[in-house]
Amino acid sequence: MKILVPVKRVLDYNVKPRVKSDGTGVDLANVKMSMNPFDEIGVEEAIRLKEKGIATEIIAVSVGPAKAQETLRTALAMGADRAILVQTDDAVEPLALAKIFKAIADAEQPGLVILGKQAIDDDNNQTGQMLAALTGWAQGTFASAVNVDGDSVNVTREVDGGLETVKLKLPAIVTTDLRLNEPRYASLPNIMKAKSKPLDTKSPADYGVDTAPRVKTVKVSEPPVRSAGVKVADVDELVAKLKALGVHS
Amino acid sequence: MKTLVWVEHDGKAVKDATLAVVTAASKLGEVHLLVAGSGVDAVAKEAAQIAGVGKVHVADNAAFGHNLPENIAPLVADLMGSHDAFLAPATTTGKNIAPRVAALLDVMQISEILSVEGPKTFTRPIYAGNAIATVESSDAKLVLTVRGTAFEKAATSGGSGTVEAVSAGGDTGISSFVGAEIAKSERPELTSAKIIVSGGRALGSSEKYEEVIVPLADKLGAALGASRAAVDAGYVPNDYQVGQTGKIVAPQVYFAIGISGAIQHLAGMKDSKTIVAINKDEDAPIFQVADFGLVADLFNAVPELTGKI
Repeated sequence: MKILVPVKRVLDYNVKPRVKSDGTGVDLANVKMSMNPFDEIGVEEAIRLKEKGIATEIIAVSVGPAKAQETLRTALAMGADRAILVQTDDAVEPLALAKIFKAIADAEQPGLVILGKQAIDDDNNQTGQMLAALTGWAQGTFASAVNVDGDSVNVTREVDGGLETVKLKLPAIVTTDLRLNEPRYASLPNIMKAKSKPLDTKSPADYGVDTAPRVKTVKVSEPPVRSAGVKVADVDELVAKLKALGVHS
Repeated sequence: MKTLVWVEHDGKAVKDATLAVVTAASKLGEVHLLVAGSGVDAVAKEAAQIAGVGKVHVADNAAFGHNLPENIAPLVADLMGSHDAFLAPATTTGKNIAPRVAALLDVMQISEILSVEGPKTFTRPIYAGNAIATVESSDAKLVLTVRGTAFEKAATSGGSGTVEAVSAGGDTGISSFVGAEIAKSERPELTSAKIIVSGGRALGSSEKYEEVIVPLADKLGAALGASRAAVDAGYVPNDYQVGQTGKIVAPQVYFAIGISGAIQHLAGMKDSKTIVAINKDEDAPIFQVADFGLVADLFNAVPELTGKI
């Protein structure tokens, strides 16, 4: 079966975001951008399914600016077979993204779509669930284990309080959580090979999707800053401070 | 505006996460609740007592027993024909169901709201809480998830909601529940505890976590937490994790022990009322947010604290 893996180009997770002084957003000029870490886990999981002989082809998809090609090349270097860039300079919301992925799923007929549970820039945690709604497929979100078994897949999910396993009929949607796997680094020969793998460029209009935003960002501001308190000299002083707050056994 | 609030429950009782959502919903308009599950009479009765609740829709069906979004989302979408906003807690259950509902309604969801600024305007964290966005919806209906620590909890008594059975929906047959490993514990739940004692990588092993962190938590009747580093190192199970990718908490007192204070951890606990940090590295970023900081070797300081508190 084919596996579709959407990937997003985001501010690198090691870079501290800076809010722009005009309050319009976070400054993305001249900062390191990388693949969303949860999406990287999705690419890795697809590759492992291919190595097990379950997946036959891995298609990486990204919706974003021309530079998102770099993110797709990373996915190809890790082991995806081909890529589709749906090119747009607009910020595309999860609902419109899900509509684009639905159109691609209709055309490609994958057995699984594996997405990151959320992108670390807008932290929406929506696209996978929305795609599941639009396709009418089952969803296994926040996955920490994925086991394909014939025409179904067992997904172990990280839930509040522990783990839960659900059985989903294929085709299905999976969203990744951190402990699903540890993504591999692309080797230099594979990075070179990735340059000649096929990468199609499309536009949202090619899929008939209107990407006009439904939600307007009024402003973006710094979070309230918590100021440092006091350093206590020893445990006795800490105990006294805590007792003053009413904290004791 | 008529709102519909997802009641999170364990089949026996309403979970605390629901109460903050009721408060958020009451800022928008009339509050109706949805109790979905299998054998949920007691939960529905309890939910009707929550202050400010108008109507409690009860969908009692085996297909709703395990919160499978494939079965629940169509039920909610159906009820949204007569409501203007759907609100769910930003728990793993709420996050699993709400976007599926939103897409069925062709609505763009607003996730993890921190405040209600107007009938369609909300604040929410982006970039792991490093920025706060004020956003305004242009959709006809609203689908929201609510960060529980950002709203007061509604009172669990004083309400007199009318209970109404909903017959819609059933099993779509595309998903089923296989099993769960939920930790059973006498301790308070992390997200509702008044005091949390969290340990970090500096502990070095699960044995040391047991030896140093657990006795302090026992003495204070506190919940146990951990940093992502401690979880990844295998000292404790993953549901102990406090942080952007784990649980978001805001207890009265938060003890960060041997935790350096990475951005992703701070995002999960910086709204705690009082933060106590114990770390031997005086330059650790955790001290920049701590109300009381103690620079000391945790292996000496914490047992001493446990003895004296």
